[in-house]
Amino acid sequence: MKIRLDNVIKTFDTFRAVHGVSLEIESGELVALLGPSGSGKTTILRMVAGLEYADGGHIYFGDQDATDIPVRDRGVGFVFQHYALFPHMTVAENIGFGMSVSKVKRSKAEIVARVQQLLKLVRLEGLGDRFPGQISGGQRQRVALARALAVDPKVLLLDEPFGALDANVRHDLRRWLREIHQELGITTIFVTHDQEEALDLADRVVILKEGKIVQQGTPQAVCRDPKDAFVLKFLGDANRLTGEVRAGRAMAGGAVIDAPGLADGPAEIYARPRDLDWSAEGPGVAATVTRVLDRPGERRVMVQAVTGEALEFDVEPERDIAAGQAGFVTLRRAKVFALDENPA
Amino acid sequence: MKRNVLPGLRLSLGLTLFYVGLIVVLPLAALAVKAASLGPVDYWSIVSSPRAVASYRVTVLAALGATVFNLFFGLALAWVLTRYRFPGRRLVDAMVDLPFALPTAVAGISLTALFSANGWFGSVLSHLGITVAYTPLGIMIAMCFTSLPFIVRTVQPVLEDLDPALEEAAQSLGGSDWTIFRKVILPLLSPALLAGTSLSFARSLGEFGAIIFIAGNQPMKTEITALLIFIRLEEYDYQAAAAIASVLLITAFVTLAITNWLQARALRYTVKG
Repeated sequence: MKIRLDNVIKTFDTFRAVHGVSLEIESGELVALLGPSGSGKTTILRMVAGLEYADGGHIYFGDQDATDIPVRDRGVGFVFQHYALFPHMTVAENIGFGMSVSKVKRSKAEIVARVQQLLKLVRLEGLGDRFPGQISGGQRQRVALARALAVDPKVLLLDEPFGALDANVRHDLRRWLREIHQELGITTIFVTHDQEEALDLADRVVILKEGKIVQQGTPQAVCRDPKDAFVLKFLGDANRLTGEVRAGRAMAGGAVIDAPGLADGPAEIYARPRDLDWSAEGPGVAATVTRVLDRPGERRVMVQAVTGEALEFDVEPERDIAAGQAGFVTLRRAKVFALDENPA
Repeated sequence: MKRNVLPGLRLSLGLTLFYVGLIVVLPLAALAVKAASLGPVDYWSIVSSPRAVASYRVTVLAALGATVFNLFFGLALAWVLTRYRFPGRRLVDAMVDLPFALPTAVAGISLTALFSANGWFGSVLSHLGITVAYTPLGIMIAMCFTSLPFIVRTVQPVLEDLDPALEEAAQSLGGSDWTIFRKVILPLLSPALLAGTSLSFARSLGEFGAIIFIAGNQPMKTEITALLIFIRLEEYDYQAAAAIASVLLITAFVTLAITNWLQARALRYTVKG
């Protein structure tokens, strides 16, 4: 089902959580709402679900205006961060709950068969008789997903679904959710503050800040062409240098990089840790190594630039760099933004 | 004994056991010994005398009535206090404890004044043909009053801790309000409700001060068991008093045992497998 948000607004008491968000989600698409806490991502998801009513604007499911349809009639599957499984029901009873309370009457045998089918889908065959307190967090979240899918929702909504899980469990579940989405083709929106999760999983990433959409696009589009410094920083570690643009080139402490199309004036230059390198001679930013951290695949070098900035970058494991060494940080690749004189 | 990192086990356990022995077990044991000093035949004739049996009936029936009433009203009160925010909520919340704080005799006297034929409530009710004072109904009302806090105070914290996401999940799955209450909320409250109910019932069985003023205390009709015990004591018939008291004690004990068992059943899902 295609979902469309049209200038949706939500205000809590005096605090405006969502400022006029418009968004279209194609049928079968897997979309991530990504943003820091307080960006309104969860509120948007809850409004799509009907767990929160929009104060302004409209939400359409297909051609139908769903803005005022209560959650129980909206036909959404919602997965909560902390699972929200019914603790007094077994796994099978949890999954069957939606079918047993539905207005569409189903026979006992029908429900049992569907529960078995869903248990198989989420790879929990044989655990139907356990209570939620007796299975692991990752298993609980899979039960929660099966429960949400049991009612054949028009859209699947996941609120930080892997937020409460260990890193490796999170990784497995991510891949598994992707597979399930491919298998079922159900329109899915999930909320996360973990950029890696959003980029790994989603067809399209919607980045939010303070209740507004800052940028949306495929993972490739937002990674390669972040619209502003906020998006760039939010998507991953970045070093920041202040400098100046002159005649289409940005300069910072001896390093020079192309900045086509930018007007002359103060600028900020952002470079990922892998986009910097170290050399004994310039041209580059003169700096002194303060510390080297050894990691399995690379060495992380921390330096203090003469311009006062602390920079971090990664070099190959074979490189011989030690604390106290002086040299130059060279820029391989960077993004240049005109410096906002009055940052928000 | 296994070594424990938490300090003070021996001292605190010793003190507690000593205290429980002194305050709870010793008097109960004395009661049992006193009652047992009667032969089985005498014991049976005292506890099964028509007057005693009539007192059990009126006490147990009134206590059951009061407990059932409190079950609904107490749950409603706890529900309103936890789920909604309204002016005066904290005041109502504080008032729930009043029956604990007020001397029960004071409660009994006020209730009698209110429900007597010329009292505020009694005069209205007498027009409807209902007499409360000096009837089993009066006993029930006094019991309701003194045992109300038990249900409210046991259910309230559980309701407060109930994750709102559970209800949201049930709603998103299409459950109606009533279905959600019946299938999700009530089962989760049931252990607390059971605990509150059994405490409320046990308290009603033993209530004395609030009842004797409003009951009228006519033998065979509105004489509660606790009063019969008191009368036997006044007659210096300690053995008979102990015998009748032992019946109350056993009833309370059985009630608590049954509710504990029911509670354990209701909480089966918390057992780690």
